[in-house]
Amino acid sequence: MNIFDIVGPVMVGPSSSHTAGAVKIGNVCRKLFGEEIRAAEIYLHGSFAATGKGHGTDRALVAGLLGLSVDDERIPDSFALAGEQGMDVSFHTISLGEDAHPNSAKIIMHGEEGRSMEAVGASLGGGRIVIDEIDGLRVNFSGEFPTVIIHNVDQPGHVAEVTSMLQHKSINIATMQLYRTGRGGHAVMVIECDQEVPRQSLEWLSKLEGVEKVGYYSPN
Amino acid sequence: MFTSFKDIIRVCEERSLPFWKAVLLDDCRESDISEEASFEKMKSIYLAMKESDANYDPNLRSASKMVGRDAEKLRLYQQDHQMLCGGFSSRVMVRALRVAESNACMKRIVAAPTAGSCGVMPAVLVTVQEARGLSDEEMTRALYVASGIGGIIAARASLAGAEGGCQAEIGSASAMAAGAAVYLSGGDEHAIADSCAMALSNLMGLVCDPVAGLVEVPCVKRNVIGAMNAISSADLALAGIRSQIPADEVVDAMKSVGHMMAPQLRETGQGGLAATPTGQRLCQELMEEK
Repeated sequence: MNIFDIVGPVMVGPSSSHTAGAVKIGNVCRKLFGEEIRAAEIYLHGSFAATGKGHGTDRALVAGLLGLSVDDERIPDSFALAGEQGMDVSFHTISLGEDAHPNSAKIIMHGEEGRSMEAVGASLGGGRIVIDEIDGLRVNFSGEFPTVIIHNVDQPGHVAEVTSMLQHKSINIATMQLYRTGRGGHAVMVIECDQEVPRQSLEWLSKLEGVEKVGYYSPN
Repeated sequence: MFTSFKDIIRVCEERSLPFWKAVLLDDCRESDISEEASFEKMKSIYLAMKESDANYDPNLRSASKMVGRDAEKLRLYQQDHQMLCGGFSSRVMVRALRVAESNACMKRIVAAPTAGSCGVMPAVLVTVQEARGLSDEEMTRALYVASGIGGIIAARASLAGAEGGCQAEIGSASAMAAGAAVYLSGGDEHAIADSCAMALSNLMGLVCDPVAGLVEVPCVKRNVIGAMNAISSADLALAGIRSQIPADEVVDAMKSVGHMMAPQLRETGQGGLAATPTGQRLCQELMEEK
């Protein structure tokens, strides 16, 4: 978070947490998915479920999934836009538990060839967001930095491979988090960087043995 | 970002910096950008704020029809009558309504700190600029003051109605505008902190109870009270009146009050005005329309 999240963003109303934050959650999910979204199942939790419709949260999430920015005046018309672009959208209510932020949404995205991805995001107020979960694993990143998400087998050496690559490219790490389902199981690295990570470096990472998937999010 | 008034005042005193400059330099260091780049960005935010006021359309109504046209009504009344509030204050009121109504009508505004409270800062700042003939650059410095204050509240408490009730939105906007107005009137960092402490104290406990869950009733009119509270708190501080409770402790109290609030009073549209018979009826009518 910086001072331009406090005074700002410039946005289309009516709610920074329920409209602009929702657009951003959609934006980050779209970029994390990395391909055209053919269908999205959207689950609203807490205050998103209670007042989402009145705040245009539903239209804002879809606008975000379509790649519109928070100050785009087409946000109110996103359902029609989704129809034109061939994106099926469905809405549901969900309880994500007491610990979940009141402004949370779970989004399941489906792509052209049957690939799907699931993410949980929360809108923290003032348009700031956090992504809490990707494909069932807890993560924590803001979408404010270039972010690399690496799914790998939990075995020695992967962290070193990734950090050496970043060092080689003179990329500074802002935050780094490691998660795993259990020893030797499925692991996720989430790395927020101060600089953009080049495409070929991400491709190189995705070809490493034991690396299952490499996701990348760029705020720019 | 700074996480306490104490820290920011210490930096101001140790390095002989004005409040706004301490916030600017901190942003440059954290975001790794030049002072010029940061300042230009902040200036564009101020210009967008002025635009959100200038672009008001007196014919617009919100989708629910609960909000719209009131700013124009007040402006016409102000034109023909000697308002109780007097010239400056009545202009502040009109602007607060103009920008808050625009937000409810899905027009472009600056969230400061949130969209629901977007009328408070332009109401105070644009009116001060107009009354005193200040430059956009001076107004941009005032925005640094405001953003430093908002940053402290975000770090220690919250800016979201869903977490802290309306005190976190209108209360925070009011504190930010108060501090900015104190700066524009020549007050030092202590007066800025005191104005924030008083502005937040006055709105502490304010619940978030939007009718039908929309950022309309009572949100739009609360922008007026946020702006009026900002200018009165600023004048109190400028007169040398101190807050007995230091600003950081007031923010901490605000956080704890937010935690004590029932979920019905935190943006769920289930308590307060939203739960009144009329509030419920309006909500029901809107649901049936869809």
